[in-house]
Amino acid sequence: MTSENDRRRGLLARLRGRPAARSRGRRRLGAAVRLLAALTLAGGAYTVFAPGAQAQDNQTLSSAAADGKALFDVSCVTCHGRNAQGVEGRGPSLIGVGAASVEFQVSTGRMPLARQEAQAHRKPPLFTDEQTRQLAQYIQELGGGPELPNGENLHENGNVAAGGELFRINCSQCHAFGGGGGALSSGKFAPSLRPATDRQIYAAMLSGPQNMPVFGDNQLRPEQKADIIAYIQETLKHDQDPGGFNLGRYGPSTEGLAIFLVGIVALVFASLWIAGKS
Amino acid sequence: MKRRKFDLAAAPGKAAAGVDDRFQVATPLRRLLNKVFPDHWSFLLGEIALFSFIVLLLTGVFLTFFFEPSMTEVIYNGSYAPLRGTPMSAAYASSLDISFEVRGGLIMRQMHHWAALLFMAAIVVHMLRVFFTGAFRKPRETNWIIGSLLFWVGFLAGFTGYSLPDDGLSGTGLRIASAIMLSIPVIGSWVTSSIFGGEFPGTIIISRFFIAHVLLIPALLVALISVHLGLVFKQKHTQWPGPGRTNGNVVGERMFPRYAIKQGGFFMIVFGVIALMGGLFQINPIWLFGPYEAWVVSAASQPDWYVMFLDGSTRLMPAWQINIPIGDGYVIPPLFWPTVVLPGILVGLSTLYPFLEARHLKDYKSHNLLQRPRDVPARTAVGAMAVAFYLVLTLSGANDVIADKFQISLNAMTWAGRIGLLIAPPIAYYVTYRLCLGLQQHDREVLAHGVETGIIRRLPDGRFVEVHQPLSAAQEHGDGHGALEYTGWVVPKKMNRLGALGPAVRGFFYPIEKPVEAPVSPGHPPVEPRPEREEISSGEPRR
Repeated sequence: MTSENDRRRGLLARLRGRPAARSRGRRRLGAAVRLLAALTLAGGAYTVFAPGAQAQDNQTLSSAAADGKALFDVSCVTCHGRNAQGVEGRGPSLIGVGAASVEFQVSTGRMPLARQEAQAHRKPPLFTDEQTRQLAQYIQELGGGPELPNGENLHENGNVAAGGELFRINCSQCHAFGGGGGALSSGKFAPSLRPATDRQIYAAMLSGPQNMPVFGDNQLRPEQKADIIAYIQETLKHDQDPGGFNLGRYGPSTEGLAIFLVGIVALVFASLWIAGKS
Repeated sequence: MKRRKFDLAAAPGKAAAGVDDRFQVATPLRRLLNKVFPDHWSFLLGEIALFSFIVLLLTGVFLTFFFEPSMTEVIYNGSYAPLRGTPMSAAYASSLDISFEVRGGLIMRQMHHWAALLFMAAIVVHMLRVFFTGAFRKPRETNWIIGSLLFWVGFLAGFTGYSLPDDGLSGTGLRIASAIMLSIPVIGSWVTSSIFGGEFPGTIIISRFFIAHVLLIPALLVALISVHLGLVFKQKHTQWPGPGRTNGNVVGERMFPRYAIKQGGFFMIVFGVIALMGGLFQINPIWLFGPYEAWVVSAASQPDWYVMFLDGSTRLMPAWQINIPIGDGYVIPPLFWPTVVLPGILVGLSTLYPFLEARHLKDYKSHNLLQRPRDVPARTAVGAMAVAFYLVLTLSGANDVIADKFQISLNAMTWAGRIGLLIAPPIAYYVTYRLCLGLQQHDREVLAHGVETGIIRRLPDGRFVEVHQPLSAAQEHGDGHGALEYTGWVVPKKMNRLGALGPAVRGFFYPIEKPVEAPVSPGHPPVEPRPEREEISSGEPRR
């Protein structure tokens, strides 16, 4: 980091230092020549690339993004507005949210939203994977933003133990120790992680959907994200629950319910039976 | 040499005679074994607590063989892969070893925890039975106080045990406990630093709690339980009113052999239920909570159910902080009221209740007969009020889990708890009081007019009336039947409940069991089973 800064500072100094060494006349001449060359280049480039008859008000889109735009203009434009600029009081601008955010919201079925409420719920997705990718591509090309790495399995080299520690520090406050989710204020909540795929967890960390904070690559490096995903997918989801039925992993509250509904009920029946035997 | 003849059959008798010659125990032992206990299912609830305490001692001793009460930092290298290489305290590492390495360790740990929950649950259910039947009245106030103390000592035992594994949940609980201690005015910071040996968490708390949990508190529990049972022996058990039962006698079964055998069987059942729960239901998966670190607090971190009402009161308490401008300024934090003052009031009220009631009713007589809850509506309603108060607080202690799983706003849950805490108890009081009066009235109606038969008769003028089966013999005046006195016991309300005696053996799962072949004693005729009843039909046979 520091060596890179030094190099950059050196380069700037060199650029600033060079004109001072040359004479005034040569400098003026050079400037005129450069201006002329730049204008020629710009004009030439325009004549080469400018579309002939049709007029377009934004940059060209790849074919996938164009398909995505077609989907967007049918399903998303009501709330997110034309060109994803957002509509006051209905939906935020999507400029700069990135493909990661689109993939999370659309592939978990949260978007399109069923209704305006404290927080969107997970539901069966409306779009296929292909369509989701097209939408994501459109938003990505429109405004840039965080993107997911390729592949379905994003925890291949993840370390479960390291991931567990990171999970407990960063995730368990809201998603709870077992990943079952928990309540936040005013009807908001941290959802259960059980149905989430690798890509969805990664996208959530990268984009911080709804009430979740963003865990960018500066906070959690990509390999740490892989560790966390490995812990969620391999330990929390595939843990055999060595102690038996896990009571939903909701902590002591369901254990307290169980001792009354199972233990006390069974033993009250037993005492009725025994006392009847006289 | 002549071999001495050894009579095997006479050996126990000879041995017993030898013991009695030396210690003179036959007379007191006979008195003890002949002690009579009244029999009713509700008298067995306290035994559930006693038996789960025995299971707690047995499983607890097993756990101490493998638990290391130390906060020394170690690197885990056991068989649970997702924690391998993680630094943790020796206490947590040994708890993990109990769960994953020690043979039978996990089921022992789970049985211990389930038995603890059952111990507290049985104490509360037993306490409700004693309260609602008036068994705490003179001369048994002392035993009521000891029982309430048993709840609070059990509460301490549970909390210290909850803290021992030193997982994320334990540490969070300890942190809250230290905050509660800190909130006590004037002495708070001294109390905390003397218990934790300095700042939270320190390095000594697990060893201290261990000694408290395995030695001091169990010793106190054993002592209190012994006095509790000793007083039941001394003062004799209460009984329900009924034929032949008075305030001055005890009707029931002898301690030996029947009562003791039944109790032995019940112990096996309690043990079995705890073992089943320990084997089938996972409790406190410490490996998921991870080692305690101050910055790790999981959602749904709750105390065990019997502490949850304090968590609830804390969640419901508004953030009212009192600033006292003395010197540099002095603060009473809002935490102080729901976690120190409230339990203090509850301890005081619950232990003093027998005296408060006696004073209110000016009733200073001794009572050995129980009262049906409906016959004392005010007490029953006060009890329902207390239960409602406790329930609202306990549910509020789990309000984040309820909010999340039932998709209710957490803020709405908190407000529902605040409002519920104020209005649920009075509603419970009113509803219970009315229910008691209604039940009383129905009892008196049946005693006066008889049991509803379900047979509807049409009178000549066209009215329909239900035929009642009177309970008493015909009298000369009035409507032909005299009203019976209410004796404080169940009034038959269905035709098939009529008759002075029920079936010889009442079963629970199968309604009526046939009596076993009774041995014929000389001078008594053999017991005849009751003849089967005829079907009651409404006059004309069906076509």
